[in-house]
Amino acid sequence: MSTEVEAPPSGRPAITTPAPPARRKKSPYPYWFYLPAAVIFFVFFVVPTFSSFFFSLTRWDLSTWEFIGLDNYVAFFQESALITGLRNTLIYAVVTCGLKVVLGMLLALLLTSQIMARGLLRSVVFFPVLVSTIGVGLTFTVLMDPSNGLINKSLALVGINGPAWLVDPKFALLSVALVDVWKGVGLATVIFIAGIVSIPREYFEASATDGASAVQRFWKIILPLSRPAITTVIILALIGGLRSFDLIWAMTRGGPGFTSDVIASVIYKQYQAGFYGLSTAGNVVLFLLVTAIVFPLFRFLTSREVDQ
Amino acid sequence: MRFAKSWRPIPLLAATVACILALGACSAGDLGSSDEGGGTTLSFLVDNAEGSVKPAEGLAAAFHAKNPDITVEVQTRPGGAEGDNVVKTRLSTGEMTDVFLYNSGSLFQALNPQQNLTPLTGESWANQLEDIFKPTVSVGNELYGAPITSSTGGGILYNRKVYEELGLQVPTTWADFMANNAKIKAAGIDPVIGTYADTWTSQLFVLADFHNIAAADPGWAQKYTAGRVKYAQEPAVKGFQRLEEVHKAGFQNKDYRSMKFEKGVSELAAGKGAHYPILSGVVGNLAASDPERINDIGFFGQPGDDAAKNGATIWMPAGLYIPKSTEGAQLEAAKKFAAFVASTEGCEAQTKAFPPSGPYMVTACELPADAPQVVKDLVAYVDAGKVTTALEFQSPIKGPALEQITVEVGSGLRSAADGAALYDKDVKKQAQQLGLPGWE
Amino acid sequence: MSTKRHLWLGLLAIVLFGVVFFVPFAFILFTAAKTQTEAGELQFSLPTTWALLQNLKDALAARDYMLIIAFINSIVLTVVSVAVLVVLSAMVAYVAQRRQSRWSGLVNFLVLCGLIIPPAVVPTVWVLQSLGLFKTLTGLIFVEIAFGLAFCVLLFRAFIASIPRDLDEAAIIDGASPTRLFFKIIFPLLRSVMVTVIIVQSVAIFNDFANPLYFLPGDENATVQLTVFNFQSQFNTQYNLLFADILLITIPPLLLFLFLNKRIVEGMTAGAVKG
Repeated sequence: MSTEVEAPPSGRPAITTPAPPARRKKSPYPYWFYLPAAVIFFVFFVVPTFSSFFFSLTRWDLSTWEFIGLDNYVAFFQESALITGLRNTLIYAVVTCGLKVVLGMLLALLLTSQIMARGLLRSVVFFPVLVSTIGVGLTFTVLMDPSNGLINKSLALVGINGPAWLVDPKFALLSVALVDVWKGVGLATVIFIAGIVSIPREYFEASATDGASAVQRFWKIILPLSRPAITTVIILALIGGLRSFDLIWAMTRGGPGFTSDVIASVIYKQYQAGFYGLSTAGNVVLFLLVTAIVFPLFRFLTSREVDQ
Repeated sequence: MRFAKSWRPIPLLAATVACILALGACSAGDLGSSDEGGGTTLSFLVDNAEGSVKPAEGLAAAFHAKNPDITVEVQTRPGGAEGDNVVKTRLSTGEMTDVFLYNSGSLFQALNPQQNLTPLTGESWANQLEDIFKPTVSVGNELYGAPITSSTGGGILYNRKVYEELGLQVPTTWADFMANNAKIKAAGIDPVIGTYADTWTSQLFVLADFHNIAAADPGWAQKYTAGRVKYAQEPAVKGFQRLEEVHKAGFQNKDYRSMKFEKGVSELAAGKGAHYPILSGVVGNLAASDPERINDIGFFGQPGDDAAKNGATIWMPAGLYIPKSTEGAQLEAAKKFAAFVASTEGCEAQTKAFPPSGPYMVTACELPADAPQVVKDLVAYVDAGKVTTALEFQSPIKGPALEQITVEVGSGLRSAADGAALYDKDVKKQAQQLGLPGWE
Repeated sequence: MSTKRHLWLGLLAIVLFGVVFFVPFAFILFTAAKTQTEAGELQFSLPTTWALLQNLKDALAARDYMLIIAFINSIVLTVVSVAVLVVLSAMVAYVAQRRQSRWSGLVNFLVLCGLIIPPAVVPTVWVLQSLGLFKTLTGLIFVEIAFGLAFCVLLFRAFIASIPRDLDEAAIIDGASPTRLFFKIIFPLLRSVMVTVIIVQSVAIFNDFANPLYFLPGDENATVQLTVFNFQSQFNTQYNLLFADILLITIPPLLLFLFLNKRIVEGMTAGAVKG
């Protein structure tokens, strides 16, 4: 018996089960479904992203490159024109994001109250979101003309001497940011509306019986319970603001001088000038900036959500 | 651009279907163009600026009228860096049109002419060109291009009526110019028109100062290309300083930051502004907008320090080139066309199609007697030999950020010294990208 | 009292909204209808003579009908990119949601990256050029797909999670192949989220400016957003035609908006909130 147990290592198993061939069971969810998308994503997104790290260290004309170490980054952080872009990008992102959150919330509160023509107003606020950014930019460029523009003419009627908007270095970036808010606040508004509408009615009823004021209701119920919506708006607005290019390009092209340049417009200008390595270094800077801000913020905001 | 064409739904539909089927991008040429059979057809590529297309079309029509068996078909391409790429790519792949229009000067040099272009040195017209033009279309001993379109002056356009009323003289030194400005300002007129909404216009004080740089140091352009002289140094820094001076003295119009080029032209014509640092091509706009006042406007070169060396900076016309890929009967026809372009008939055809902004570079060509005053003033400089071709015809380096920098200096956001130094950095990047020696 | 206050608030809101959101569009329309000289004055006023039709015609005909070409290009670009995006991202979302494995972690990570990371411009040009796709509509279509995938996968995955698995199992027992299961059974069920994806992506791609600018340069390949610069040359701006062009390129989103307003708002919100 013992000999039978201690079968020789090389021996075949005594019992051969009539199991199916060693082929794995075919999943109804085949991995090859990933394939077409993966190939496109890899070739047109992953490869460029990774190679950007390399090319940012070169002087490059698309066919030949010369390795120049960190020169491009040095150029980026030394030239006042380029560093302005970095600072402006942050200002622009924070201003547009902040205004979209605050104004979007106010509009959402207004448009969820018992107000006339609510549906129409919601549509009106939202429409600019769908319109061409370039078209909006060019239109506002004309409206913001310091002497002839509709905005300053209207301000003059009520006795206000309007700023020179896009041509005043102090106002140029903020002027573009305001137009960005005008165009994008509708999206923030509808997201907030969705958040507020999804708050169970019981909360409001309970607060009404407690005699809470509208202000209390906002701070105690609406704000905490629409947190996912707020998170979404902040993240979307911030990513959009950091990457913003179209509107700035249509309105100021970074001017006057370099005063309203952001990283994305610097990237484009360097690209246009044929400084591909430098342009790519700008791209890497933008990449690092966006990742450094958005990933931790994303973590922070979503973890707070889980805590609750 | 409003040549009304009749609505042609069939080719449109066909093109649509073709584009969709091929999933390729449709292009403007897919619609519209039609062939007229018979004889030789020369394809002719020009950039899409009005000042190129109109003269080209005028030449094509006049040439066809003279040589009915040859049809010249004008095709357009984008301008700027994108257009440069189109031209270079088509040349290197042998797909260039039979003849083409392209910049002279350093951009021409970058085409690798010896390899890509047919030399035209032996043509009968080749020695009948202005001497100042020849080097801008030549490599070594060979000449490759015929001058097409007119030259353009860069300097100060001024309102002669204002000068007359205030009893002013055309200045020959910068100090005189500033003194004139002070008097003009005292008379309640804007001395210098700024139109920074079109940023390119802000560069003129710097670019048009090149005659003064070259007057002070004739070898400056070569040294500059070799990286041995800088804009932050004398004499080149003067251009930036002059820009700054004008701003500091408060000589610009109040709304210089938001004014556009077109408005600037009409302010000058109306005498609301006395000086406008700009290109003489403005006559084209004046002819369209203020034809009755066109002769109120004159031109003078940007004055420097030394009245004895006073002169003007001039931009050369483009060249008409024949690529090596043009052969046989096409080449014959192309050479014939080039000869026509470089003839008095050619100049006349161009003048009819588009008002010239300066003298033609064909010696025999005379400008019409009724040429605008601006052009006549410029011709006087050329005839006296007191002109220098702009830096871009003498050096391949031009920093891409100049117009932003000049806006900053001209608006008081940045000092002249700082602006010049920043521009040197910009130039350095460009020179390194081009791989020029002496810039490491 | 309260109703009266609401009334006033409502009226005020309508007036304010009208001024802030309506006036710019009225300005576009008015300027598009003016003659060149009058438009050049940039005033907010009714045109003294209505030249709208002529301006629209001129804008369309400018530069050898470039705007018409651009419309064709933009429509082809939008339709093809969105169609491919819908199918491919639904496939990814479906497997990622249904089959939890180490791969799904990677997919989640890549989706997050795709949403957040700004695309590297010049290296993308380089890739396109190496593949011979630079300055081709096909190349731009691939780029739009690659950049849009993350968002679409996100929307689809959230929705697929709400489809009961019983459905799959029933089909598998009936002997449906994986491909059949997905395309015949699951895919049709995605219709509502698909409408959302289609709308959101169509608007994004049709209005896209930066990608065509970088990856499909050249007058001969224009897409609609680039045509507005036709009327601003170095030497002059034809404001009437510029705004006629803006008006024309605003029409497709306007139509979409008029017919699908509710849907769009729902879709955008759903996508954003679930994301």
